[in-house]
Amino acid sequence: MSIATAKMWAPPSLSARFVPVWRRNLLVWKKLAVASILGNIADPLLYMLALGYGIGSLVGEVGGMSYVAFIGTGMVCQSAMFTASFEGMYSAFSRMHMQRTWDGIINAPVSLDDVMLAEWLWTGTKSVMSTAAILAVIMALGYGHTWLSVWILPLGFLVGLTFGAAGLVMNALAPNYDFFTYFFTLVLTPMLLFSGVYFPVEQMPAWLAGIAGFLPLKHAIDIARPLMLGHVPEQILLHVAVLLFYAALAYYVALALTRRRLLK
Amino acid sequence: MTLTTPVVAEEAGRAAAPAGLSPEVILHVDALRKKYGTSEVVRGLSFEIRRGECFGLLGPNGAGKTTTLRCCLGLIDPDGGTIEMVGVPVPNAAREARVRVGVVPQMDNLDPDFTVRENLLIYGSYFGLPRTVLENRIPKLLEFAGLGNKRNVGIRTLSGGMKRRLTLARALVNDPELLILDEPTTGLDPQARHLIWDGLRQLLAAGKTILLTTHFMDEAERLATRLAVIDHGGLIATGTPRDLLQQHVEPEVVEVFGDEVRVWADMHGRKLAQRVEVAGETAFCYAADPQPLLNDLATRAGVRYLHRPANLEDLFIKLTGRELRD
Repeated sequence: MSIATAKMWAPPSLSARFVPVWRRNLLVWKKLAVASILGNIADPLLYMLALGYGIGSLVGEVGGMSYVAFIGTGMVCQSAMFTASFEGMYSAFSRMHMQRTWDGIINAPVSLDDVMLAEWLWTGTKSVMSTAAILAVIMALGYGHTWLSVWILPLGFLVGLTFGAAGLVMNALAPNYDFFTYFFTLVLTPMLLFSGVYFPVEQMPAWLAGIAGFLPLKHAIDIARPLMLGHVPEQILLHVAVLLFYAALAYYVALALTRRRLLK
Repeated sequence: MTLTTPVVAEEAGRAAAPAGLSPEVILHVDALRKKYGTSEVVRGLSFEIRRGECFGLLGPNGAGKTTTLRCCLGLIDPDGGTIEMVGVPVPNAAREARVRVGVVPQMDNLDPDFTVRENLLIYGSYFGLPRTVLENRIPKLLEFAGLGNKRNVGIRTLSGGMKRRLTLARALVNDPELLILDEPTTGLDPQARHLIWDGLRQLLAAGKTILLTTHFMDEAERLATRLAVIDHGGLIATGTPRDLLQQHVEPEVVEVFGDEVRVWADMHGRKLAQRVEVAGETAFCYAADPQPLLNDLATRAGVRYLHRPANLEDLFIKLTGRELRD
């Protein structure tokens, strides 16, 4: 392996220097917070209400919960997924490529690894915000049964890290904004349809359900629904481990590809 | 720009002597090499910058200027050679070096989501500077950049010149010892360029060290106390502008214009000047004593010509050639 390749794939450096960069994103977000949250939660809320009450009136209870709560929990997870993906792709691409914000930052005593860590944690942060907004609506409708459902917030963070990192992989490869369409078509749409957001995964043929077992969003939903119902999910460690695995792997690849793209 | 308050001399008491090299040297580049694939962009480049000088790194497009700067900042790893900046080895301790260096990049990368003042505040936070220090420094920097009345204005409404001045102010937010400017006035109108030059002269007067890349010879002529001409990744010449001109170029130039100029140059010009170069419809005649040439031209009705002292542009063209670079 050449020295350049070895440096590209060097382990991530983790340092508290990420904080000012993360804070920069937070300060920009604060200027547009209301519009940003509405943008992230409008779609999932409309789906939850329309499908929840519309289809819910036909199917009644699903998986031991009302269909509104069932699909609402799915929507919490999918909004965490979309929010982070969007942030890792379009927003990061604006900062990296269009505005050259990262170029400016790495001329200061902050490394590209610090910038990437900040951006990654920021995707998780934004997911927590949209998760919180939708969760608040679900709770207000009276579907969160115990305080256990508050644990959906850190779950939102983890889902954000998983898909934010995947978005950052796309960002590192993207020649332009259009490139991100591939991620929607090839990753996010199948994820949305086969992870049990709209109906239980068990309704699908065994082979398809087997494949779904590899989808990170399915594991997020397997954690979220029991929490919403007020009990600790079975196999919670397995589900968390799967999400952590995808998050760490995607972040490592994103970091290496971004180093290759910018440090030359 | 007015530098009424010495932003730059704020920490004058700071130890001036870096470890290792002679205390005067603030940037030391030795036998630097950088390859991209099979093409070697920097080929064994060496130069030194001393404290307090304005060092101009000149070269045509693609000469390796920006690559050299990126190596000095530790953003890319050289394939060979050593760099020591503000007494710190690069790239090994590049981050520590960047704490004491300010950078004005070739392309603006101000944060469009923030106001003028916020840009300085946020950028200062990347250096880990406490808010109180920044709150104290920023009004002086804004005044220096002539942006005092724009402090709460968004970046998008600023003119190109204002953006450059803000970028310069941003590069000073950490009170750097060395300021690196990569083509700082490219794309600016003459008024805006003069304002930037004034600012840079004030910084030099206040004791800052400047490394400037440019391909504008008038910029180098006005600012640089010493310069290096590089091409194809290697050093061609280095010295003070005056020494370089003396060494490499005849002191006087007569430019002769017209469509018949090539014929004139071959028949007469080359006998009367030490060196003649024809480019398009202009003959550049270089001579220590241009009088015979001027006498000849005076006898020719309708010939237009310009007699002037040799400048850095003549030097640059002589050293790097006339052919176009892309």
